[in-house]
Formats: sequence, C-alpha cells, structure tokens
Amino acid sequence: MTAPTTNPATEDSATAPDEEELLAHFDALIADGETIEPRDWMPDGYRRMLVRQIAQHAHSEIIGMQPEGAWLTRAPSLHRKSVLLAKVQDEAGHGLYLYSAAETLGVDRADLLDALHHGRQRASATFNHPALTWADTGAIAWLTDGAAVINQAPLCRTSYGPYARAMRRVCQEEAFHVRQGYDLMRALCEGTSEQREMAQDAVNRWWLPAVALMFGPPDTEAGGADARTAALGAAVSRRAMAWGIKRHTNDELRQRFVDTCVPQAERLGLTLPDPAIRWNEERGHYDFTPVDWDTYRRALGDDTHWARQRIAHRLAAHEDGAWVREAAVAYAARTDEPAGAAA
Amino acid sequence: MSAAREGAPASWEVFLRARRGLAHQHVGSVRAAGPDAALAAARDLYTRRGEPLSLWVVRSDALHTASPDERDPYFAGARHKPYRYPEHYAPLTEKGPEGEHHA
Repeated sequence: MTAPTTNPATEDSATAPDEEELLAHFDALIADGETIEPRDWMPDGYRRMLVRQIAQHAHSEIIGMQPEGAWLTRAPSLHRKSVLLAKVQDEAGHGLYLYSAAETLGVDRADLLDALHHGRQRASATFNHPALTWADTGAIAWLTDGAAVINQAPLCRTSYGPYARAMRRVCQEEAFHVRQGYDLMRALCEGTSEQREMAQDAVNRWWLPAVALMFGPPDTEAGGADARTAALGAAVSRRAMAWGIKRHTNDELRQRFVDTCVPQAERLGLTLPDPAIRWNEERGHYDFTPVDWDTYRRALGDDTHWARQRIAHRLAAHEDGAWVREAAVAYAARTDEPAGAAA
Repeated sequence: MSAAREGAPASWEVFLRARRGLAHQHVGSVRAAGPDAALAAARDLYTRRGEPLSLWVVRSDALHTASPDERDPYFAGARHKPYRYPEHYAPLTEKGPEGEHHA
C-alpha cells in the first residue's frame, strides 16, 4: 500500500470538532435542561436507547387498540360507542406521533413495524391480556391509561425534543381516556349488583397488568427487587436519567400510581385486589405488595395464546391492507399527469 | 430523515395553524403516497381536537435546511451585537420599563 501524500486523518481533526468536544457540548445541553434536536450530534447509546424506547412505546399504542377495539361493535349505547371509537382512534394517533418522532432519529417506520411483526421488538405485555367483558374497557382506560399518564407526564420534559413534543400531544389526549374510563366504571358501580360484580371482576384482572407491567421491572430494592435485580434495573434507569430520557425510577412512578388509584377505587366502592394495600402514615404513601421479579414475570404472560394472537392480528391487518397502500401509490402516480385530460 | 425505502410511501412534514392569529407550526410527519393522501393523513392525525384552521404538508426531502453544525458562521447575526436590542440604550423615562440603562 502506498503512503498517501497528505494525511486525511490530520486534515479531518483540524476541521471537524473531535468527539470529546461534541460530547461535552451534548452533556452541557442536557445539564442545562435544553432539548436535543434531530440534527444535533448525540452519543450512539443515547440514540439507541431512544429508538428502543420510542419504538416500544409506539408498538404498545397500536397493539393496545386491540383489546378495546374488540368491543366497538358491542358497546351498550351509541354514546359509549362514539367515546370508545374516539379513544381507539387516539391510540392509533399516539402510535403515529411516536413513529414520526422515531423517524427523526434516522430509522424507518416500516423497519420498526417489521421488527414488531417478527418479534425483534415488542409491545408492552399489558395488552397480552384479553378484554373479557364490557367492564374491561372501563378498567383498561381507568387503570392502564391512568398508569400511562403517570408514566408519561414526566416524558413531556424528556430530553429529546421530538419525543417530548409527541408526548405532550399524547398526554393531553390520555386525560380524556382516563376520565371516560372512570366514568364508565362509575356507571357500572351505580347500576345493578351484576354490573357492580362485572366492574369488580374487571378490576381484579387488570390491576396486576397495570401496576406491574405499565411501569417496567422493579429497579429499586425498596420496590421489591432482590439486590442483584435492583442493581441491574437501577443501572439502566440511572443511564436513562443521566441522559434526561427518564426522570424517575420505575418504582417511584409505581408508588405514585398506587397512591392515585386507592382513593379513586374507594369512591367507586371497588376493592383493589391486593390485601397489602394500607395507608402508611410514616412514609406518607400507601403500602402495597411489592412487584418483585416473580410477580413481574407472572404478569408478563410471555408466549401465551393472547401474546401470539395480538401479533398475528396486527400482521393480518397489515397484509390485508396491502392493496390499499398499492392503490394509493398507483393513484399518486396517476395524478402526475394533466388532470381531466380525458374529460 | 432516512433515505426512502424502495416502494415505501414518502415522508411529509406537517404544519398546522391551530388558531386564528398564529403562524403555521411544525407538528410532526406522516407517510403517504401523494400530496392528497398526505393531507388526509395529516388531518386525521393532527386535527382530532380544537378548531384547526389550516394544514400544510411538505415532502420531507424537499426541505432545504441549515445544519446546526454551521451555527457559528451561519447564525452569527444575533450574538455579540447588543446594539440590536432596545435595552442597549438609555431608557426614555427616568426609570424606564426596561430597568437600569445598560452601560
């Protein structure tokens, strides 16, 4: 190999700022609470963590349409049907806001969907549980959307600009989801004894998926993880918090959720299915059964019938819709020609 | 914005004027085969609430942008030019609304 007459490496370092300088600038922006924007330099790890989190979030929104969407044709009144339609449409919208945010990081949404369809990326396992009765649509909205609001409110201030802006739209709409879910549950609780039983049964089945899965695995010892698991979870959370992607540990947000739900359940006259729930004067919080690693795994319901069903349904919808996408491409190509030439 | 995948619908940036008196603001992006489909997708996605007045869609690859890397030579107009701001000058009244006058 012949030696180059000029050394390109030397030339580059004279013009381009080196990585250390770029990293220092990035860290300074994060420290000042400024947002990172799409064309800013960012560490690879930051970009990877964001793509992973935003994609998982987007996938959860569109998979989350399924348990409730299944009740659209069976809503008990036109009013409840209109509300549920609006809610399920919002979930699709949330997925699209988030895929749009992910694409600013240089990935393609078609690749993200492909990864979901083929198991390389996942949606939240919360939605691998079936919605067995009408009351489930209320319990899902009140509990899992309620959990989402607590999880997502801090994400409105996450360090990556497009993600934060998408989350502000999402959060505004989630507030409607939770309120209508609570209203649905209240209507059942003020109804016949069968309706009250149906509401209680739905809460019994949706409490664990909400409290365990919507906040991620335990990441503190106080939250119920053994020392090793807590250390692992804490390392991931610490990294995400140092980069300003996350603002709180999973267990902190989980506690906030329990504190919010207990008085709401009391007002409905429903019992949350956890005998350990008790006000702790000393801590100023409600105690509850810690979500340890076993509880978390049990709630995951990995590789169950419903987990496979959700992906199969999503894939079928995607494939059944192929002709629409093809027709849209053909139409767009056709309108390039002078309009009304044949008329 | 990543390069378009073979056969994948193009990416379009969406600008929304949410209320009278506001300029159009960038709100996100959609994927669509053509401009009409992009506008319909943008309407479905970004105008489900409020009383939006106007929507624009622009193909993402048609945007010509300045890079943040060029910040200093490119956007050097505002920094180190305090004389472009009113606070640089003596207040019009004894103790003007701008506070002390900048030396």
